[in-house]
Amino acid sequence: MSQAALEPARPPGTTPEAAAVRGRRRRESLALYLLPGAALFVAVILIPMGMNVWYSLHQWYGIGPMKWVGLQNYVRLFHDSTFWTSFEHQVGLVLAMAVVPTVVGLVLAAGLFDYIGARFGGRTAGLLRACIYLPQVMPLAVMGVVWGWILNPRIGALNGLLGDVGLGSLRHDWLGDPRTALYTVMAVMVWVQIGFPLVIFMAGMQRIDPSLHEAAEVDGADWWQRFFRITVPIMRPETYVVLLMTTIGALKSFAAIYTLTQGGPGTSTNVPSYYSYANFFETTRVGYGAAIATVMTVITVVVTLVLLRLQSRQQEVRD
Amino acid sequence: MSVRAVRSGRRGPVPYVVLLGFVAVAVLMVGPFVLVAMNSVKSRTDFAAHGGMSVPSSVDLDSFRTFWNSVGFTHVLTNSVVVGASVAVLAVVVSLFNAYAIGIGRVKGRLWILGVFLLGNLLPQEALVYPLYDLAKRVGLYDNILAVIIVFTVIQGAFGTYLLSSVLSSFPTEILEAARLDGAGRWRILWRIVVPVSRPTIGVMLTLFFIWTWNEFFIPMVLLPSSANQTVSVSIATTQGQHMVDITMQAASSMLAVIPAVIFFLLFQRTLTRGVAVGAVK
Repeated sequence: MSQAALEPARPPGTTPEAAAVRGRRRRESLALYLLPGAALFVAVILIPMGMNVWYSLHQWYGIGPMKWVGLQNYVRLFHDSTFWTSFEHQVGLVLAMAVVPTVVGLVLAAGLFDYIGARFGGRTAGLLRACIYLPQVMPLAVMGVVWGWILNPRIGALNGLLGDVGLGSLRHDWLGDPRTALYTVMAVMVWVQIGFPLVIFMAGMQRIDPSLHEAAEVDGADWWQRFFRITVPIMRPETYVVLLMTTIGALKSFAAIYTLTQGGPGTSTNVPSYYSYANFFETTRVGYGAAIATVMTVITVVVTLVLLRLQSRQQEVRD
Repeated sequence: MSVRAVRSGRRGPVPYVVLLGFVAVAVLMVGPFVLVAMNSVKSRTDFAAHGGMSVPSSVDLDSFRTFWNSVGFTHVLTNSVVVGASVAVLAVVVSLFNAYAIGIGRVKGRLWILGVFLLGNLLPQEALVYPLYDLAKRVGLYDNILAVIIVFTVIQGAFGTYLLSSVLSSFPTEILEAARLDGAGRWRILWRIVVPVSRPTIGVMLTLFFIWTWNEFFIPMVLLPSSANQTVSVSIATTQGQHMVDITMQAASSMLAVIPAVIFFLLFQRTLTRGVAVGAVK
């Protein structure tokens, strides 16, 4: 958020002094309204966050006494190949849930907006947009269940379909084979995520002046040239927002992993959020799970700050 | 021929090939839902004879009935509605109070306060889950939907504070001044002036909070272990593979989770797409 959004223009006819006096009086009085929200926030977010860091400095099995171990959990994490593999899978999910949907979503949005919309009408484009957006309104856990059902190796619809069209030799245990499991999960995640950038970009495209495209067309630019020279640069603010929100979304993919693979087979689709869950509730190594969660929190905050920073620098350049 | 005519013309086969491409994408997106719907109304014998890709020979709701009764779905559905609706209303009230102080009251350090609230919303949930589990046990709210309601009131309220503060910071000052001159107090101004004027944003927030909470999985799964207390997505996801060997019943249970989402989608499509845009631009 920019600072400007929080600073409305001063109403005409008020002196700064009067506004300052009034502002001070109001500031004192309205601060009380922050109390309930702040108290809840401290109890549900800040205290648990602190507790999680506290746990991470201990060896603890959820019951019994906690044993102080300092940074030992973090040192172990650094040398834990299971953690690093899960981290690589997380990078794969960022690719599948943020990068690919943003790029493909931008192309699809432009195609729907100024190709399909222009030739076949806004209703056709709107209907197609709604179809592509559909998975976005579903619980991620349920999308996992639906795809787990389709990808079932024995009776699932995908292998059935391959058999029906004479490609029986391509039948495969997509989620059960460690070599294909991660790619299958990534493909499902692209499917889940693609509608979000599409909707944001199509909304943003409404502010592109149509005469820009018309002028470029008169000059002989084809659709792709207009896409790269006009649409992509104008959509830059949306691109940052979409990348930020989808990247954070990719870090919260627990529900999909839990319902599709439970991190398996072996550790072939394990991600940090599932790994910390397994440490908390399956092996009850609470301290270690908390260390993983703390590291992921730091990474989330850093990624957010970097993307926000890039975004505001971009804005300065444009202004 | 004018430029506009060229742009909107459908000359040649190319536009139809492009349209066909988009229709193929749309089919790929909707297809899985159609498949699940088709198989959820198949009888077990029909599935055994013709497999997953065939059109059902008759509509058989047996799988729905069996699943519904075995997990007590009426109860689960009620839980989800109660949790979603309570969180939506409470989170809007919390956001409203916070945003009243931050956006209109312009309290000191508001940018920092907003940053902290935003952090609460972005935080990976695994960093909160074990302490929340521990605290819920200590205060006697473990396995109680009240715990989930409180947690998501705060998480959604954190986002709502961020959104509503920036909307209220551009609230027309003249209206507030006029109300104050008429002798209206802070409480009265909030409910009689600020709330009615912000009704569109509040509507978007109610819808988003309800659906986001409905879709939550990780924290509700951890905090609600017994099946009678679970929400829809937790119930569907955790009963898979337990006593659910039957493939048509799996399809039926997925359908029971998909149907409410489709209903929300149709009811709130406008609000949702507008809401996503509002959330993104702010």
